[in-house]
Amino acid sequence: MSSTDTAGQDRQRISLLRVLGPAHVWALGVGIVLVGEFMGWNFSVGKGGAMGSLIACWVIGLLYTCVAMIDSEVTSTVAAAGGQYAQAKHIMGPLMAFNVGLYLVMAYTMLEAADALVVGDLLSSVAGEMGHDALDPRPFVVLTIAALAWLNYRGVLMTLTVNFVITAAAFISIVVLFLGVQPWNPGHMLQHRELLTDLPYGWIGVIAAFQFGIWYYLGIEGTCQAAEEVRSPARSLPYGTMSGIITLLIAATMTWYVATGLLPWEFLGQAATPLYDAARVTGSTALQVFLFIGTTFAAIASANGCINDASRAWFSMGRDRYMPLWFGAVHPRYRTPYRAILFLIPIAVSFSFTGLLDQVITFSILSGLLGYTFMPVNMWMFRRKWPLGSIRRGYVHPFHPLPAIVLLLLCITTYFATFLGYGTQLLAMMCFYIVASLWFTFHRYKYVRRGDQFTMPWSRPRGY
Amino acid sequence: MDLWNIFEYAAWGISGLLLLWMLFDAVQVNRDFSEELLTSSREGELEDTTEKHELT
Repeated sequence: MSSTDTAGQDRQRISLLRVLGPAHVWALGVGIVLVGEFMGWNFSVGKGGAMGSLIACWVIGLLYTCVAMIDSEVTSTVAAAGGQYAQAKHIMGPLMAFNVGLYLVMAYTMLEAADALVVGDLLSSVAGEMGHDALDPRPFVVLTIAALAWLNYRGVLMTLTVNFVITAAAFISIVVLFLGVQPWNPGHMLQHRELLTDLPYGWIGVIAAFQFGIWYYLGIEGTCQAAEEVRSPARSLPYGTMSGIITLLIAATMTWYVATGLLPWEFLGQAATPLYDAARVTGSTALQVFLFIGTTFAAIASANGCINDASRAWFSMGRDRYMPLWFGAVHPRYRTPYRAILFLIPIAVSFSFTGLLDQVITFSILSGLLGYTFMPVNMWMFRRKWPLGSIRRGYVHPFHPLPAIVLLLLCITTYFATFLGYGTQLLAMMCFYIVASLWFTFHRYKYVRRGDQFTMPWSRPRGY
Repeated sequence: MDLWNIFEYAAWGISGLLLLWMLFDAVQVNRDFSEELLTSSREGELEDTTEKHELT
């Protein structure tokens, strides 16, 4: 427990525990994302063909590299749970912060629900292959969420250590598959020469593929949520985030290379578990088992990281009274935001019980995309209000404002791509956030104690 | 009833136990500690003071 007080009085306080290092940050970021290499990314093949998917993989990879660079710089100075929410609060203002907080909670809770659905569906398919038809996936969905919530409730160190182990195992399964198909011997197992075609739907297909290219990387920005629990935010967050995006770029490229060399694009564009299907095509039972374990571990790691991140965002909003203060409680023994973790369990279970995996994941992606659009504006304001040299930064990203401009342009392009496929959902999501903003402005904001929410020892911004 | 049916019931049971454990613990913590203490955390508080934002 900490007993410091800004007013100088002796008063006992409890705070989240600072026990994490760069490896845990890596496990949090990559753990949330890696499930996207095992499923989901391949719908970009259906939209733009195999080559269109590769273009989407690298262009969206550039988008996320910009996200990682910008996030690393800002969050290395904002040592607070809530990640981008805390950044928005300090740099842009309360309404933006409220919206960003909601984007984060919605994106992670829906992704958690989708991950639990995947675990349930995987077990159902295994039961089907073993002769038991119509296995009810719901108890396994609830068990996944309950067990991971329990782990998160009991402490962040064990939670992210487990995530490190299962994320590393899932990543290794991709590497094993890559080596197993002998990439040094093209034509033996990989048939790129026969399977790769021109762009089947032209360049508009490539643009449409962008929305599914997001699956390769969605969630790497979640590393920021650990800011209040890492031993050295200025060092660990940039290390963990940048090594995470490098890992994902490698994993995404290997995934594309193996899957498009083994499966025709017409099949790949609709497959539910493309990497597992690729392993089946090799005929190797060992690779199949490896990839089944990898897929399951990746889904569990993603749900685990999502519970961690959604609860930190909700907890931070409660602590600042953007939501009821009750949610801003820390467990005195485990030092976790236990009420936020508990509150989000029934919401995640409700989303997953709908069974609508594609709708749930689409709303998650849209919330994430709204968050990415905020980042370039946030970066410009951050550099303008606190120029280099005014506060200590753990990492300074190069070529400013180029990454911010590139990120904004790519976000606009991806909105267009999403509108092509999910225009109704995009508009529904926008309406939800507009209504929520009105509620915050006209009702909730009066409960916010404006001075209390800024307790970090930052220098006064330039011009204020 | 085959093995998978047993797994289904076991999954429901374990989930229920875990959720009840968390609820029980949360109620106990709410009862044993003051609300002021539980909600006393402040953002950006560094227990080790090695990192400062002010340039020296």
